[in-house]
Amino acid sequence: MSEALQELAALIEAKQPDAVVGHAISHGELTIEVTPNMIVGFVEFLRDARGCQFSSLVDITAVDYPAREQRFDMVYHFLSMYQNTRIRVRARLREDEVMPSIVSVHPSANWFEREVFDMYGILFSGHPDLRRILTDYGFRGHPLRKDFPTTGYTELRYDEEQKRVVYEPVSLVQEYRQFDFMSPWEGAEYILPGDDKEAAK
Amino acid sequence: MMDGSKGFDDTLTGEQKIRNFNINFGPQHPAAHGVLRLVLELDGEIVERCDPHIGLLHRGTEKLMESRTYLQNLPYFDRLDYVAPMNQEHAWCLAIERLTGTEVPRRASLIRVLYSEIGRILNHLLNVTTQAMDVGALTPPLWGFEEREKLMVFYERACGARLHAAYFRPGGVHQDLPDALIDDIESWSHEFPAVLDDIDGLLTENRIFKQRNVDIGVVSEQEALDWGFSGVMVRGSGMAWDLRRAQPYECYDEFEFMIPVGKNGDSYDRYLCRMAEMRESLKIIRQCISKLRNEPGDVLARGKITPPARGDMKTSMESLIHHFKLYTEGFHVPAGEIYAAVEAPKGEFGVYLVSDGSNKPYKAKIRAPGYLHLQAMDHIARGHQLADCAAIIGTMDVVFGEIDR
Repeated sequence: MSEALQELAALIEAKQPDAVVGHAISHGELTIEVTPNMIVGFVEFLRDARGCQFSSLVDITAVDYPAREQRFDMVYHFLSMYQNTRIRVRARLREDEVMPSIVSVHPSANWFEREVFDMYGILFSGHPDLRRILTDYGFRGHPLRKDFPTTGYTELRYDEEQKRVVYEPVSLVQEYRQFDFMSPWEGAEYILPGDDKEAAK
Repeated sequence: MMDGSKGFDDTLTGEQKIRNFNINFGPQHPAAHGVLRLVLELDGEIVERCDPHIGLLHRGTEKLMESRTYLQNLPYFDRLDYVAPMNQEHAWCLAIERLTGTEVPRRASLIRVLYSEIGRILNHLLNVTTQAMDVGALTPPLWGFEEREKLMVFYERACGARLHAAYFRPGGVHQDLPDALIDDIESWSHEFPAVLDDIDGLLTENRIFKQRNVDIGVVSEQEALDWGFSGVMVRGSGMAWDLRRAQPYECYDEFEFMIPVGKNGDSYDRYLCRMAEMRESLKIIRQCISKLRNEPGDVLARGKITPPARGDMKTSMESLIHHFKLYTEGFHVPAGEIYAAVEAPKGEFGVYLVSDGSNKPYKAKIRAPGYLHLQAMDHIARGHQLADCAAIIGTMDVVFGEIDR
């Protein structure tokens, strides 16, 4: 399994030297890292080249790493029903960069890119209809970014006097509980209660 | 010139100008299968454009998952495609097991296959019969739901819940099946074909059902690839693609079953595929039962990601600590990423999991088959009659739990 993936990776790297940055194989899955602005040509190559034939798009998503300079990972999954293999394509993206859309190659990318735009605020150049998809009409913010609170900013309820649904800022009776399960002996990245006295001495 | 070919120019007034009509289909329409809102542009009764508005059932599952432990996240998967809950859990368990390198005991593996196939029948029964209802037949859902009820009882007897099972756990399944339950599932598997034949007799050669489904929503092989279809949506178009066969997970490679494929790729062929798949699932269930009877043993891989045996907890301090830590802190998954997919009844259901080595997933993306199927709605419905929209939604087998997430 892993040898076949090695061969495939070597083939792709040889044919697309400009686009490919590197590759990795882990847990029996091949990941190819590419430069973001080469993605359209690269995906087209994956779809059409003999020995690849990754003709169905499985998934597009992004991963947010706020601490990194290139904040987002765009992650594409493709499947070749003819070769019976899967491949993952990753591109690193800065927050102010625009990702080229692959809708022209895979029509099914349409909603996935809308979702990534909705959830992460990544813009796609060349997308025919870049609207929000899952969140409410008129929603603000990008919920899957790590700096977006899980509770959100607004809540809505039906107002009996106005006879309509009203939006209000979130008011929590109790703080949203994000438990810290790390053992204080191993994983605490904060000053333990009592230790502050030690520093004051 | 009485046939109208001359046109009506001489009598045309301002009010008679023909324009396209925009209507909302749903979100409260009974044929919208939940909270789908379609904005349809109609030219007479022909659909010119179809814009599905989804997200009315969006619960932010993926965001919530980032602040919960791996085990706490499991029940969210029941709430995705609530028609066949355990198949979703399966993908999540597989993802965790592959990252942690956990080996599932054979008995647990067989139980998982058994319940995945029960889930498949649950789903197809609902889909086939409600599709019949969408095109005007009232009896099939009543018959189908009676059988679904029996299957739900099997769910209940295994895990205590009819729908939100939380039965598949990373490392196996939560509890062993009692022998009486296995016997009952077997006797049901001998009674069920008669019910299938009844539904078959009601629908397969039914004139109205055929008129509403034959040549409706035709998907060619190329279209299926372009739009990223999976499951029955590709098999209906003649491609024998089934993850259970192509990329076997669990112990599906030991089972004998056939993969029904359609010929014309229309709504009717997909119905026939679903009916045939139920019969194939029955074969797997029977094989599973005979294997289960010869396979006593543990149903959870004993280790860090599963709870200790109840007896150990009562006698050993370490086991008690393990149990406490497992259900408070949860287990840690080594850093890495994985994509695990299962052949859910609706198609390829996948989980892309990124772990940073802590007890919570750093990122979990749920790949729902219905999302891609519904996306192609505009492409498929264009040029069909308005009434065919209901048939197309039915044949695409959409459930909003998984699409909106």
